[in-house]
Amino acid sequence: MTPATRTFRENARTALGDAKLAKALGGLPTGLVAQRAAAKARVPEFETLRTAARDIRDHTLSNLDVYLSAFADKAEAAGARIHWAADAAEARTVIAHIALKNGARLVAKGKSMISEEIALNAYLESLGLEVFESDLGEYLVQIRNETPSHIIVPAIHLSRDDVEADFRRHHAHLVPDRDLSTPEALVAEARAVLRERFLAADIGITGANFLVAETGSAILVTNEGNGDLSAHLPKTHIVLASIDKIVPTLADAATLLRVLARSATGQDMTAYTSLLTGPRLQADPDGPAECHIVILDNGRSEMLRSGLGEALRCIRCGACLNHCPVYNAIGGHAYGWVYAGPIGAVLTPAFLGVDQASDLPSASSFCGKCEEVCPVRIPLTSLMRTWRERSRATSGSALQRMALAAWSFAARRPRLYHAATRLGIAMLSALGRSRGAFRRLPFARGWTASRDFPAPQGRTFQQLWAERERGVPR
Amino acid sequence: MQPRVGLFVTCLVDLMRPSVGFAAARLIEDAGCTVTVPTGQTCCGQPAYNAGDRKTARELALQTIRAFGDCDFVVAPSSSCAAMLRLHYPALFKGQGETELEAKAFAERVHELTDFLANVRRKTETSARFVGRVVHHDACAGLRELGIKNAPRRLLSSVAGLELVEAPETTACCGFGGLFSVKYPEVSTAIADRRIEDLTSTAPDLVTAGDLGCLIHLAGRLHRTGNPLPCRHVAEVLAGELAAPPIAGRAGDTAP
Repeated sequence: MTPATRTFRENARTALGDAKLAKALGGLPTGLVAQRAAAKARVPEFETLRTAARDIRDHTLSNLDVYLSAFADKAEAAGARIHWAADAAEARTVIAHIALKNGARLVAKGKSMISEEIALNAYLESLGLEVFESDLGEYLVQIRNETPSHIIVPAIHLSRDDVEADFRRHHAHLVPDRDLSTPEALVAEARAVLRERFLAADIGITGANFLVAETGSAILVTNEGNGDLSAHLPKTHIVLASIDKIVPTLADAATLLRVLARSATGQDMTAYTSLLTGPRLQADPDGPAECHIVILDNGRSEMLRSGLGEALRCIRCGACLNHCPVYNAIGGHAYGWVYAGPIGAVLTPAFLGVDQASDLPSASSFCGKCEEVCPVRIPLTSLMRTWRERSRATSGSALQRMALAAWSFAARRPRLYHAATRLGIAMLSALGRSRGAFRRLPFARGWTASRDFPAPQGRTFQQLWAERERGVPR
Repeated sequence: MQPRVGLFVTCLVDLMRPSVGFAAARLIEDAGCTVTVPTGQTCCGQPAYNAGDRKTARELALQTIRAFGDCDFVVAPSSSCAAMLRLHYPALFKGQGETELEAKAFAERVHELTDFLANVRRKTETSARFVGRVVHHDACAGLRELGIKNAPRRLLSSVAGLELVEAPETTACCGFGGLFSVKYPEVSTAIADRRIEDLTSTAPDLVTAGDLGCLIHLAGRLHRTGNPLPCRHVAEVLAGELAAPPIAGRAGDTAP
């Protein structure tokens, strides 16, 4: 997808004016947020689990070479083919090559954010392949020609009415006056339409939540079973995963699974947790004849090298989005690329270059809720601050940068600072005290466009305190 | 001998609302301490730090640390500034030997005002009086960086006539976020509106908070939307310093 990160401000403004979006996002506090809180409350050791999960991720990321090669050995021993891809273009080429070699025409896709990251669908379609998303939310955004607006709830921005209208438009071959008034009816229709496509698909492409070094397995969690159908029905299965998905052992994966679903949807476990190990063996009743695993770097090694490695702990639960006041206000599309919310604000500059996405880490009130809920304790605000340091010269307006520079200059010279502020505050107060607040202030439109600016009381505390010390009555 | 407390007054209180500084000083004195206000202090450096200017932040940190060299405690009527002094100063000098040790030794003496009163001085009784329903907004830095939640509530509960009410959402951000509020004013204001809806659902007579940043933002939005609900720093209520008009209130307008 073409990034729209540079127009973040306009995107955000448009989103704030969208009443339908506000209504859709308005369900978050009583939905995913409340469900996570309830799930956490059922597990007294949840905070300990978060620490254990963090430690597993840190240990793995510090020994990534060891575990990646161990995984590759085990997976190959189980009959899978491993493909290493340094960047998005390599991953796309490898996947296209496998598809074309197998004479594939129809591709079933399980939900995969990595495939969004490398813009896989558009590429395969440009080669004449037909690709269908099999996760319901992904299917919805696909038939609308949109992109996911949330890591785990791709169609969170849509209403039931939107879905009904889209189905009537897109499933034009079905009886026009069918009843689609309930969510159940919509799900049943999606299921029927998708089932036929599954049976016709030549290739299945899924992501992986974890790659287990101990066994060479890919672990896939879903609530719809679509991942399993994508993996098992077509003759060829391609797993697309990034290098940071590695976990050392099945026991480690179990620990991460305990925090993943609880943080994401508030479920103790997702409905399906599948371990996919190599292609179908002779004794297996079903499964793919070929299994390929594409392991993608795409800038992640560089993140590890350049002090952003903590972001790679992420297990894509989406909790930071759900709890973020900014995400709750503007939704995911405003962020302008694949990953939204606090984790998106940290990842996107790494993928696109900070000059393309400096607004994302800047547009945070640093309230810290994301860190409080992150199942692997990613220091999201510190990482956003790191990006602010790397984009300082270009962030904010020229006027804002000048004002901050002037402030910094004076603040480092206390005598100048106290004299200058005393004068400035006296003037400002004289202008505004009778009204209590300013409706408008020169150079402060950023504030006064939507808020009044309270008038200062008139004299500085330092000034008054010095007088008190000298015995002058207040 | 009474402990010597350096009041880190914060730039916002110094410039916008000195009455909060006097209220804080009174409360610290009433808790059996002497108060000193070093003139070498200006700003804690957080705006520069969060704008990605580590160099200026370090310089302001050293300036602040040295200005308070002779104090037993450093107390700030702001959790956001206190968190900067207490948590981020040591982080700024990580791996810098003596300076890091100096920053750590300084950080251990730093407290947010209500935390200092209730947990260091164990003083949870006040002689103040305020008749009405008060809803307290927790600043994010206090809540999530310093773990302050009970201290202001215990203190407010001791004010005669004061009925403390809780908003349904007790941990929500007000959308201020320092420079965030002017860099992304629309988003910041949208978050404020949501917070205001939540706070006002308790039908309060007054909103308090321990941070002037949140308060200027909330009061500014309330005032713009024609909502007369007054906002005050918690120190003003605790010290009974209610002579000044509430934030964004007109001169002579002292109620409540």
